[in-house]
Amino acid sequence: MTTTPLYQIGTFAAGNRLLDPDQRSVQSGQDRTNAITSGHRACRGCGEALAARVVLDAASRAAGGRMVTVNATGCLEVFSTPYPESAWQVPWLHSLFGNAAAVASGVSAALRATGRDDIRVVAQAGDGGTVDIGLGCVSGMFERNDDVLFVCYDNQGYMNTGVQRSGATPPAASTATTRPVGTSVGNAFGTGKSLPLIAMAHEIPYVATATVADLHDLEAKVTKAMSMHGARYLHVLVPCPLGWGSASSETIRIARLATRCGLFPVFEAEHGSVTHVTPIRQPVPVTDYLEPQSRFAHLFSGAGRPDVVAALQDRADRNIARYGLLTEETP
Amino acid sequence: MLRQVEGSRAVADAVARCRPAVVAAYPISPQTHIVEGLSDLVTTGDLAPCEYLMVESEFGALSACIGASAAGARTYTATSSQGLLFMAEALPNASGLGLPIVMTVANRALGAPINIWNDHSDALSQRDAGWLQLFASSNQEAVDLHLQAFALAERLSVPVMVCMDGFVLTHAMEEIDVPEQDAVDAFLPAFAPRQWLDPDDPVTIGAMVGPGQFTEVKYLMARRQQAALADIAEVAAEFESTFGRESGGLVRPYRIDDAEVVLVAMGSALGTAADVVDALREEGIAAGVLGITCYRPWPHEAVREALRGIPRAIVVNRAIAVGSGSILGQDVRLTASPGTEVHDVVMGLGGRPVTRAGLRQLVLDVLHGRLPRGALHYVDLDETVAADEIAREAEVTVP
Ligand SMILES: Cc1ncc(C[n+]2csc(CCOP(=O)(O)OP(=O)(O)O)c2C)c(N)n1
Ligand code: SF4
Ligand SMILES: [Mg+2]
Repeated sequence: MTTTPLYQIGTFAAGNRLLDPDQRSVQSGQDRTNAITSGHRACRGCGEALAARVVLDAASRAAGGRMVTVNATGCLEVFSTPYPESAWQVPWLHSLFGNAAAVASGVSAALRATGRDDIRVVAQAGDGGTVDIGLGCVSGMFERNDDVLFVCYDNQGYMNTGVQRSGATPPAASTATTRPVGTSVGNAFGTGKSLPLIAMAHEIPYVATATVADLHDLEAKVTKAMSMHGARYLHVLVPCPLGWGSASSETIRIARLATRCGLFPVFEAEHGSVTHVTPIRQPVPVTDYLEPQSRFAHLFSGAGRPDVVAALQDRADRNIARYGLLTEETP
Repeated sequence: MLRQVEGSRAVADAVARCRPAVVAAYPISPQTHIVEGLSDLVTTGDLAPCEYLMVESEFGALSACIGASAAGARTYTATSSQGLLFMAEALPNASGLGLPIVMTVANRALGAPINIWNDHSDALSQRDAGWLQLFASSNQEAVDLHLQAFALAERLSVPVMVCMDGFVLTHAMEEIDVPEQDAVDAFLPAFAPRQWLDPDDPVTIGAMVGPGQFTEVKYLMARRQQAALADIAEVAAEFESTFGRESGGLVRPYRIDDAEVVLVAMGSALGTAADVVDALREEGIAAGVLGITCYRPWPHEAVREALRGIPRAIVVNRAIAVGSGSILGQDVRLTASPGTEVHDVVMGLGGRPVTRAGLRQLVLDVLHGRLPRGALHYVDLDETVAADEIAREAEVTVP
């Protein structure tokens, strides 16, 4: 990969006007769609709102403005469309919580059958709408290789309904249904459910992970995904200040810490094989990531739970080894 | 042209001649032959341009139809029984969004116990989902109703279910006329969606509506459904003048004018009921049949008018509302004038045949006052089996 030259050392700021034009971000361009405008009801510092704008503006530019979007139920849908208002500047359809992928497949099929397949389809859902209730439809869309870019905004919980646990909630996190009460340490240590890996098992043309800490990378991945056809999957980590108990000014930093500690690997895969991994430049222990979030506060209060923190560190280390996050080469 | 053909195949051909651009379906007996027929037609290119989506579930099927319809394509699906329930969440979504999807329901019982045979439990369980529900009395009518369903759906921007009895119709070989392509094209103009997801004119479809407007949205929806009664009758009349045969409409009365007793039913039992009525009339008994073709919206006026002055109506229910009673019977009771005594009976659940002998006996029992009034009566119940089981249950002691 060509690493983005840094304008301000230590940042990956989007909108850098000193870059070559072809390396400038979509957000810095005057022609950006502003797919989701200001005035919506998201919380301050909402990672999902930020990611959605960046993703859709980049997708819209790549599609030359010929794009429709399908949205699952969740925070994004609720905060953007309180009737009679709508924050969407692009054609947008919401049907249900668990069916965004199938609805998008239908849109794509309709556009093909009616000779309008210059119009591209982007589906978006939260982690709940993707890894849990929507998984059947997502898997069907992948397996048929329908011409859809599916974007999961992963805030690791059912935020819209009040921060309950989802299949993407990390172990030990406190949520409204996994309180660290009694002997509980919060969410149980399950086997985990990596949707990027599940997507790769379908051998679809493109799978990528990204975070709101590196918006330039996010835009680049959307642009790349939009240059391809067939089923494509993008999994974006989007901190949720409300659900994670983090300061609204910390969203970007926390997303960056999630990647730097190894808990959220950033990579790309094509047809089932990893093609690029974003190496960790300045590794940090998981505690750096966990401590600023009150959903993990019970691990640090009183005597703390070093055993649980160690188990989380172990998960991060496994990711680092599995994806080769600390080596510069890509596997 | 009349052809000797299976009901499902005729429906598949009729649907194909309506030129859907997207078909998304998931197989379930007894709907399978319809979707197999359509997938063949798409594969061979006889139905083109059309995308056949082989989805992973009925929920996916209807969801794909929702997307396709919102993108401006004529859209079709078919299902039965558990499949219809698997779609349940998306059913009111399709109607709430005003998407003109057409679906065949090959009517089948609902489990448990699992049972693949015909009754009306599936469609009736979704009677309030905001879809029009049209019931075919024969395979010919099933074919004709599909043409009318697309016309109605697109004229009104509502989804339509065409219900046809599973196996009894879907798997029956009969002489059926599937109208030729030019005739269908003349009857059913190309789909012109009211709104679609157009990048040149972006719309937000499916916004969140709060207490401030929700009642109004639902009121308008209900009003539009009621108004659809006029269109359903109109489209049936247009159909008759184009194709020269009576099909569809709201209700189908048969020899009811001077009747002292009228059987009220839906679906394929209507043919049997008409035969029974003919025989009874020969014996000097003034019997008649009132077929309900349009179940939703409920044709209140038409049913009331048809039953006016009729002393006795017997509603043949092919589905029950456990814990309440009948379903069709409730609608008829609420509709009939006080002068009509309504007898509510259950018959033909889970594929038990509704026979001529059974219907004849039923009419005679009612006329001779042998049927208890008020309570829902299970006509074809095997009393011995039921009594044995009730006795056995009474003996079981809970530890
Ligand atoms: C069938 C169904 N079950 C449950 C819900 C309630 N519900 C709405 S949004 C939501 C959680 C959304 O979580 P996620 O997809 O992660 O999106 P987020 O709000 O976190 O962005 C739930 C449980 C629903 N709308 N539909
Ligand atoms: S709860 Fe979280 S995801 Fe939802 S709007 Fe607030 S910050 Fe965004
Ligand atoms: Mg979530």
